[in-house]
Amino acid sequence: MPTVMDADRIGRTLTRIAHEIVERNKGVDDLALVGVRTRGVHIARRLARALREITGEEIPTGALDITLYRDDLMRQAVGPQPLVRRTEIPFSIDNRKILLVDDVLYTGRTTRAALDALIDFGRPKAIQLIVLVDRGHRELPIKADYVGKNLPTALDESVQVRLQECDGQDEVVLQQEGR
Amino acid sequence: MINTLRHKDLLGIADLTPEEIALVLDTAEAMKEIGSRTVKKVPALRGKTVINLFFEPSTRTRTSFEIAEKRLSADTLNVAIGTSSVVKGETLADTALNLEAMNPDMIVLRHSSSGACHLLSRICRSAIINAGDGMHEHPTQALLDAFTIREKKKTLSGLKVAIVGDLVHSRVLRSNIHLLTKMGADVWVCGPPTLIPADVSRFGVRATSVIEDAVRDADVIMLLRIQLERMEGAYFPSLREYFNVFGMTEERLRAAKPDVMIMHPGPMNRGVEIASEVADGPYSVILDQVSNGVAVRMAVLYLLAGGAEHEEAA
Repeated sequence: MPTVMDADRIGRTLTRIAHEIVERNKGVDDLALVGVRTRGVHIARRLARALREITGEEIPTGALDITLYRDDLMRQAVGPQPLVRRTEIPFSIDNRKILLVDDVLYTGRTTRAALDALIDFGRPKAIQLIVLVDRGHRELPIKADYVGKNLPTALDESVQVRLQECDGQDEVVLQQEGR
Repeated sequence: MINTLRHKDLLGIADLTPEEIALVLDTAEAMKEIGSRTVKKVPALRGKTVINLFFEPSTRTRTSFEIAEKRLSADTLNVAIGTSSVVKGETLADTALNLEAMNPDMIVLRHSSSGACHLLSRICRSAIINAGDGMHEHPTQALLDAFTIREKKKTLSGLKVAIVGDLVHSRVLRSNIHLLTKMGADVWVCGPPTLIPADVSRFGVRATSVIEDAVRDADVIMLLRIQLERMEGAYFPSLREYFNVFGMTEERLRAAKPDVMIMHPGPMNRGVEIASEVADGPYSVILDQVSNGVAVRMAVLYLLAGGAEHEEAA
């Protein structure tokens, strides 16, 4: 079970992404962070802290649950429903640049669902995608704007992102599935 | 943590475990946020057909289900019994089988006969949701009551809940007794002796006809409507006498906890089971109950739309 990112590496990566955000957007005007539940939200909050340290500005931060927008919902005749959790976007996304944050980019289906969900909240000026890990194997035409680490993987491997806030420690590990 | 209900139908709270009740309430919290958006719609139940089959009058429950269905993007239709073949003598089972032949996914049923939903559950493939059957159960009402209590008090466990009114005719009472006792509340029921079901203490609740005992230190007071339409004969001398002895007034309320919640499933008889100044007063959460009803019904529809895990769809 190789560790591909440890706590220090994750910390430095998020600081680097925060600098890239400021550079690319020429500051943080009109920016807002929206994390995809669960780990995307924690990463979004950390980025908000990093951006505050760099610019002194407070970036509005929200949480998005994409369950009700999943493309595999209700596709099986009988089966348990995925758990729905609360979406919290306590600001208008109209005319803002939204930084959408997720932990792992894989097939792109979660991002597709997140884009649809976000559009139901309004009409942002732009949406930029931030992921901690891009593991490849896209099934939809989706590309991240900021990538923490490109991690080539096999289909029978899985990428686990663990974060202090929900897992007790910071690490990214690559696992063989079914172990 | 569970993420599914065990049955394909929601017939009553009696069939639910405390974990299933908690799942519905947690899911309803997420659903409530959707109702606060500008675009109050998510695509979760796209392509699902839900029939609202109401054999009894209803404003709140039918509207609430219909809004919940629409917010989840289900296709929804209402069968109005006054203009249906029921007036030509068609039986409930035949009506249901004919509707079922059009391949809906869920049927929401309200009927004046206790057990009507169980009958449909046996003969229908669709998920049956009980929207009130006779004097038996009204599970979504109890769930929205629990949601409303939990929202304010954070928990149901250990709360003193006094339910006052027409107990014997009330399906809301039966569903609430099941739910509140399963979740660890201390439930008191109160009304004239003629309106207290004979065996009610069997369900783990305390029955009294002394309103002061029921109200004292209560965290929640739930008033039930005096159901004149279900009463044959005299259960108490007059409505005015009922109000004098059991009606919830500001004065009676003072014996309850300072942060007491006043609830009523509606429709209210002002000046009978509840004084107007209490119904419209600062402790009343009666309209919160109505708002929360939509979120709770969205949760039930969503959870049942996936089908049951451990049960063959009949």
